[in-house]
Amino acid sequence: MSKSETSESIQTQTDQGRRNLLLGVTGVVGAAGAGLVAWPFVASWQPSAKAKTVGAPVEVSIADLQPGQMARVSWRGQAIGILHRTERMIDDLDRVSDRLADPESDQGQQPEYAKNSHRSINPEYLVLNIHCTHLGCIPELRPEVEPQVFDDDWRGGFYCPCHKSAFDLAGRVYSGKPAALNLVVPPYSFTDENHILIGVDPEQGAA
Amino acid sequence: MAKPASTLSKNADALGQWVDKRLPVSEFWKAHISEYYAPKNFNIMYFFGSLALLVLVNQIVTGIFLTMHYKPDAALAFGSVEYIMRDVDWGWLIRYMHSTGASAFFIVVYLHMFRALMYGSYQKPRELVWILGVLIYLVLMAEAFMGYVLPWGQMSYWGAQVIVSLFGAIPYVGDALVEWIRGDYYIADATLNRFFALHVIALPLALLALVVLHLAALHEVGSNNPDGVDIKQNKDENGIPRDGIPFHPYYTVKDIFGVGVFLLLFAFVLFYAPDGGGYFLEKDNFAPSDPLVTPNHIVPVWYFTPFYAILRAVPDKLMGVVLMGAAIFVLFLMPWLDRSKVRSIRYKGLGSKILLTVFAIGFVRLGMLGMAEGTPAETIESRVWTVIYFAFFALMPVVTSMENTKPVPERVTT
Repeated sequence: MSKSETSESIQTQTDQGRRNLLLGVTGVVGAAGAGLVAWPFVASWQPSAKAKTVGAPVEVSIADLQPGQMARVSWRGQAIGILHRTERMIDDLDRVSDRLADPESDQGQQPEYAKNSHRSINPEYLVLNIHCTHLGCIPELRPEVEPQVFDDDWRGGFYCPCHKSAFDLAGRVYSGKPAALNLVVPPYSFTDENHILIGVDPEQGAA
Repeated sequence: MAKPASTLSKNADALGQWVDKRLPVSEFWKAHISEYYAPKNFNIMYFFGSLALLVLVNQIVTGIFLTMHYKPDAALAFGSVEYIMRDVDWGWLIRYMHSTGASAFFIVVYLHMFRALMYGSYQKPRELVWILGVLIYLVLMAEAFMGYVLPWGQMSYWGAQVIVSLFGAIPYVGDALVEWIRGDYYIADATLNRFFALHVIALPLALLALVVLHLAALHEVGSNNPDGVDIKQNKDENGIPRDGIPFHPYYTVKDIFGVGVFLLLFAFVLFYAPDGGGYFLEKDNFAPSDPLVTPNHIVPVWYFTPFYAILRAVPDKLMGVVLMGAAIFVLFLMPWLDRSKVRSIRYKGLGSKILLTVFAIGFVRLGMLGMAEGTPAETIESRVWTVIYFAFFALMPVVTSMENTKPVPERVTT
């Protein structure tokens, strides 16, 4: 009996409104504090200042690049391919248009100066970020005109080993593939006849 | 000579009592081992829970020793793994125990999960046991993926590239999220370093915590059995289930036998085929990572391939990722999709038997297709099995609530 009386008397002394207010305020302040403390840990996962500074333009010599050959360089950690297209390759670009998802390059996957039928400044040289727009693998260059297991009427192009997306020799994606977008054309310019500067638009500063 | 021994045992008893008054050791032993009553009719499918625990211990112990020699640095990682394999005394053994253990973990866990599907071990009142189990499976996948990245070979690198890019499919925040996960503008040293931290500290801690909760929930509701009979419905005058036997010594002995058989098989793979014929350690991963070249035949390790096949089957990036995620998350719903009055497949109707059989075949077949080249015929087959995979879950409420079940016996059979 005495026990229940004691607890009852304590109960009557409790100011429930005051207790709720204190609980509420402590909860809100505590949550705000936890959020603020969490932020540095979350932010520590962002690219570091060091990672951000590594982004200088890359100059590539194309003097020795034979027709049909592709050079690969690394720019900002991305693989950039420079393909020297043959006459046949350039002529074939129109033949596959009706099987492409975005033959006119309407999606913003290239700078304005590469939004044309061959997606380049000079039709002979295709400069591409060769990471697949699906999940970032690097498609193989299969330049030959020959039937493939995935395509009987293959006119040459890029074929991604990861999830089987296919692109033509201008980096335009075939429709019905996991990738929905054309390969990205990075900003680039010709410094002279034999040199390409990746990362710098023509007659502009570094992108 | 008998006298000193009895003094010794008296002293041991006294020490035991001293500890018990301060820490409930024998109480814990009784509640979870010596007086934990499990159904007496466990069959071969009930080996895999304890085996999963054994493999977990193997992964933790070998992992600790690998950490002593491994370097989580993009420039040094590949070389440090080769150093472990060639120069560290017995390093090859420890590394192969760890890498073979990863595949063994998934074999054991898949069989453990299949057992639960067969005998309805996810049904009321074991919903939380099942949910915690699926969470363990999720964390295990993250753990395995990040572990696979650490050797920094070609498959490590491109596997990381693909898996991290999956998050890029999320509308609006995707690209920022991918950059945040990588910590750089490509898969780089920062990525490797943080995956190392997650693989050796964060995820193992989460895994251990979940395993403790999984077992605590199991011991609260009691183990299911191949008949799906609730043994707690039939207790003797002491309140002990008539069809229950204490876990120790009965199931400890059984499990030790299982451990023996498992270790024989494990050792065979470990010593004669540690790369599992290219399935446990893929051949391309013996080449250092090269950010400029993706290997020609890139597929994930076998235990991810069913989900990979689903991803590949969908001709749309976002939908592919969504379906792949849904294929895993739908597992959480099992306790509520099964409307059957009975638990075990033994007493369910023909419809449930067909569903489960086709689902199991489909899961294996998707796994095989996920490893294949990806010809148009294979893509179409993947699509068919993807539909069947989800049909299993979609049809389950209909089939289980409509079909005729067999009467469940009062007591467990054999």
